[in-house]
Amino acid sequence: MTERGSIIQLEGVVVDYDGFKALNKLNFIVDYKELRVVIGPNGAGKTTLLDVICGKTKPASGRVFFGERVNLIGKREDEIVSLGIGRKFQAPSIYGNLTVWENLDLSLKRSSKGVFPTLIGKSTAEERARIAQNLETIGLKDYAHTRAGSLSHGQKQWLEIGMVILQDPALLLVDEPVAGMTDKETEQTGRLLQSLAEKHAIVVIEHDMDFVRQIARVVTVLHEGTVIFEGTVEQVQANERVREIYLGRQKVAH
Amino acid sequence: MTDGTTNTNRGGGLAFWVVGFVLLVAMPLLNVMPPEDSWLHLSDFSLNRFGKFLAFAILALGLDLIWGYTGILSLGQGVFFGLGAYCMGMHLMLTIGKESVYGSDLPDFMVWNQVKALPFFWKPFFSFPGAVLGSILVPMLFASVFGFFAFRSRIKGVYFAIITQALALAAWLVFNRNDTNLGGTNGLTDFKQVIGYRLSDASTQLGLYILTVLCLGGAYLLCRWIIASRAGRVLIAVRDSEQRVVFSGYTPANYKLFVFVVAAGLAGLAGMLYVPQVGIITPAQIGVLPSLEMVIWVAVGGRGSLSGAVLGAVIVNYGRSILTNYFPGLWPFILGGLFVLVVLLFPDGLVGIIRKGKSLLGQRKASVGKAPVPEGER
Amino acid sequence: MSTVSVRLVKGELIMMMIALGRTVAALGLVGLFLLSGQTWAIAADGPVAAPSTSSIDQALTQVTSEDESIRDAAIRLLIEQGDVSLVPRLDEIRANADRSVRQPIKQLMDLFKNRAKLTSPNTDVRRSAATDLGTSGKPSAIPWLDAASANEPNRWVRYTMEESAALLKLASDDPSIKAAAADTLGNLRSQNGVPVLKQLVEAGAAAEATEPQKTVAKAAGAAIERIETWGVWSNVFETIFRGISLSSILLVMSIGLAIVFGLMGVINMAHGELMMVGAYATFDTQEIFKAFLPPSMFESYFLTAMPVAFLAAAGFGLVLEATVIRFLYGRPLETMLATWGVSLVMMQAARVYFGDLTAVIAPGWLSGGAQVMVGVYLPFNRIFIIGMSIVCILGVYLVLFRSSLGLRVRAVMQNRNMSACLGIPTRKVDAYTFAFGSGLAGVAGWALTLVGNVDPGLGQNYIVDAFMVVVTGGVGKLAGTIVASLGIGGLNKLIEPSFGAVYGKVFILVMVILFLQWRPSGLFAMKGRNAD
Repeated sequence: MTERGSIIQLEGVVVDYDGFKALNKLNFIVDYKELRVVIGPNGAGKTTLLDVICGKTKPASGRVFFGERVNLIGKREDEIVSLGIGRKFQAPSIYGNLTVWENLDLSLKRSSKGVFPTLIGKSTAEERARIAQNLETIGLKDYAHTRAGSLSHGQKQWLEIGMVILQDPALLLVDEPVAGMTDKETEQTGRLLQSLAEKHAIVVIEHDMDFVRQIARVVTVLHEGTVIFEGTVEQVQANERVREIYLGRQKVAH
Repeated sequence: MTDGTTNTNRGGGLAFWVVGFVLLVAMPLLNVMPPEDSWLHLSDFSLNRFGKFLAFAILALGLDLIWGYTGILSLGQGVFFGLGAYCMGMHLMLTIGKESVYGSDLPDFMVWNQVKALPFFWKPFFSFPGAVLGSILVPMLFASVFGFFAFRSRIKGVYFAIITQALALAAWLVFNRNDTNLGGTNGLTDFKQVIGYRLSDASTQLGLYILTVLCLGGAYLLCRWIIASRAGRVLIAVRDSEQRVVFSGYTPANYKLFVFVVAAGLAGLAGMLYVPQVGIITPAQIGVLPSLEMVIWVAVGGRGSLSGAVLGAVIVNYGRSILTNYFPGLWPFILGGLFVLVVLLFPDGLVGIIRKGKSLLGQRKASVGKAPVPEGER
Repeated sequence: MSTVSVRLVKGELIMMMIALGRTVAALGLVGLFLLSGQTWAIAADGPVAAPSTSSIDQALTQVTSEDESIRDAAIRLLIEQGDVSLVPRLDEIRANADRSVRQPIKQLMDLFKNRAKLTSPNTDVRRSAATDLGTSGKPSAIPWLDAASANEPNRWVRYTMEESAALLKLASDDPSIKAAAADTLGNLRSQNGVPVLKQLVEAGAAAEATEPQKTVAKAAGAAIERIETWGVWSNVFETIFRGISLSSILLVMSIGLAIVFGLMGVINMAHGELMMVGAYATFDTQEIFKAFLPPSMFESYFLTAMPVAFLAAAGFGLVLEATVIRFLYGRPLETMLATWGVSLVMMQAARVYFGDLTAVIAPGWLSGGAQVMVGVYLPFNRIFIIGMSIVCILGVYLVLFRSSLGLRVRAVMQNRNMSACLGIPTRKVDAYTFAFGSGLAGVAGWALTLVGNVDPGLGQNYIVDAFMVVVTGGVGKLAGTIVASLGIGGLNKLIEPSFGAVYGKVFILVMVILFLQWRPSGLFAMKGRNAD
């Protein structure tokens, strides 16, 4: 059924939080090397969607396939990670008591991440070169030996993106990467994501419409746990239903 | 360190050798060389007592690994200490032989409880190597089973602390029973000799002291090696953000289990060294309260710092030994107060205070501009 | 219940015959006052009560006789004709008598005393007298018991009287009486009858058993079966009751702990010591009542102590929150350690101030118990604790779901930041909730004074169990704590008989760990996007 070879495919996924359906028969497909943006009002189920893909939340029903035919349901989070799915969380999730270098070093893709290989393993020159290159990419070259906990919010976001990149995942899940960033930082992040999309499939959740406009090719709009629209940014902005949802909420908010 | 991390410990290297020299050479010499009435003389009693503290320090190292570095609070370390101590204690009981009060081959308490034959689980402990191995492996085995179930189901934080506390309570109850054939409330005592050396001889105790120092040194190096490795950084990472560790492709449960088992082994080793030096092991040493006290050794010394753990174990126990002697009623107040004080005001313990003092001095000396990079051991 | 007593009974019967022949008139009178039930006690006060003073006097001199047969005859006669008024004289005789005669005189005195006690106004006295008579092996007590039971208003005393009479009849020579008595005991589900009945079954099974013996054995066998079936059920019932009783103690202890844990993510290791505060507050209230109020008001101290215990513990809780816990927000493990330090200080302070042993005298209306069926006795203090735990749960429910504080507590529990944004003073909510949870600990301590001593280690005895309840129950829902308390308390009492208390505890720990494999965050974990 995957003619074009989608990297992730969700079919009829339902997530039920004590009667509240966070995802309601959701269907969602992303192709290889696609940069997909998911938008939607608060509580639309965006983060839950990522939770389901990476195994953090178990759906009540529905199917989730990765690649050709790997069923993700019932797999543990670390198994899913080793299949090639990386995730950047909404709130920066880094190791505050380690240095930036150590943060990246731990994330680097290696043949085994078991206890004993990790205990005796030493970094190779090639691995160090990759980390150094990654440091440049995320603009933290001067902070290699700084405690990650003392970085600024935007730097932490980048560090986390860098960590996910070093895992070399086939699919990147990115939850609100530019929250709390300055305009300049936002733009840099956008460029970073676009360059990454040349090699990886990326799903980005975002609120910032300027940012969405900058990076998006296809936008998926989620509302009350289901996809209500999918298309280009222009199409989304022109769509009546989408406007209604956002404007309706704005009325409540103000 | 080749990775360009800040995890250097070159200053610590010198300190390690200095402390090692004092403990291993200077203190035994002060015990043996000066005449007994000299002010330089270190009495047999003091040396033996210090040996006990150093055994505790080995346990503290393990506890620091699991609590200080990995952020898992185990309130059941006394159980592993007890298992190690009982393994060695059983061996020492069996070597008493006919010297016992009742002149039986069986330990006195078994004669007293009318046990006719030696229970099967005592038999491996006739052999000294068996007892040594048992002291370390039994706690590790036990910790692997317990840890496997606990970490597999992601019991953590407060939940883990409570479950381990219940474990300490359960172990205490079981060891207190007479029908488990472990000596009941009175525990194991009246030891006479270890591999042919009389425990009452000062030279035997000196030997045990030196052995303890060597073991402590070994344990310290082992822990430092673990911490300096990438796995050590994974442990710190688990403490900082377990979720991210999972999404970096590690299985935190395995790392936790590893460090829990290592800590249990160190606790067992500490128990093994404790028994011949102190001459008694009872359930009172392994229950809820002793297990909690072990945590304060590390807290006072400074968690997340190996030297802090050693320092804390020695200082708290020294304080205890002095204070319970002069003001027996006061100790619980001091211990309790110490806990509140350390947690509230000095979360990094003595080592934290020293570091702060150093960095304040350093800042005054050095020119402004370079912010002090926190010590890698954090 | 050995053969010795059986032989004694035979001897008694013979002697009775002799006595019968000698004093027919006296017997008639005895029969009369036995029939007239309680009147004999009144009659005993006057000299008229002694129908043939001379024969009694003679018998009294004969009880110390060297000759065994004379002595026995005298005792027979005294049993038939004497009463409790002879006790002082017998006591005097006994004091001067040989060792060999002291024992039978003692038995005689006990018999008289118990007979008199059968009409005591106190039900417990009547009951224990009936029990004593049942084990005395003196068939002469049968008519006394029958007469007493006919007039007995209390069901359970009457039960004991009937049981005792049947037990005595079981020693009869007449197989039909024996069989009837066995049947009666079966009807009564008398656990006390089982050993004798078993003897009868054994006698009937012996090779040389006679036909009547076999008939009796059959009746006895049937009776044993009924009794034992009943025994199983009453055991089940009592186990359930004990389980519920322990559960309710656990529940009151854990509920405060669980609320605080749910709201602040903090396990208060000093919770047990807050219970101790409640218990000592109860003790102090008792002492104040004793010292300053008339004795007639003493009984009411216990109910007065409840709010006192609540407020005292809540006050300690407030102080603890303000001085320690407040500064450790978001660091649950550190909070555990600091509160443990506090608990250590509090325990030692109590030890220094109060000493080790202080007990609270339970008020009269809580001593004793109620027998609800044969073999099932429920102490009032336990029933009271169960009732109190229900009241506490209702109270907690009302506070959490029907008060404005409760609304705020639940709001903060769900989303602290959002609540703060909406203007809920979250720090204040924390403080009040902590005080409320501490107060509940105080109430638990108050209730615990009913079942044990007040000592500094009071909190430590149950606290680990309470922690387990919180861990198993999960946070955020009252039902979790209730179910977990019932589960752990019930399981504890269920396995205690077969495993013993110690291994029972170990077993429960294993069960909890296995349970957490299945439900890592307890029974009713909060689901949702905020849950980690």
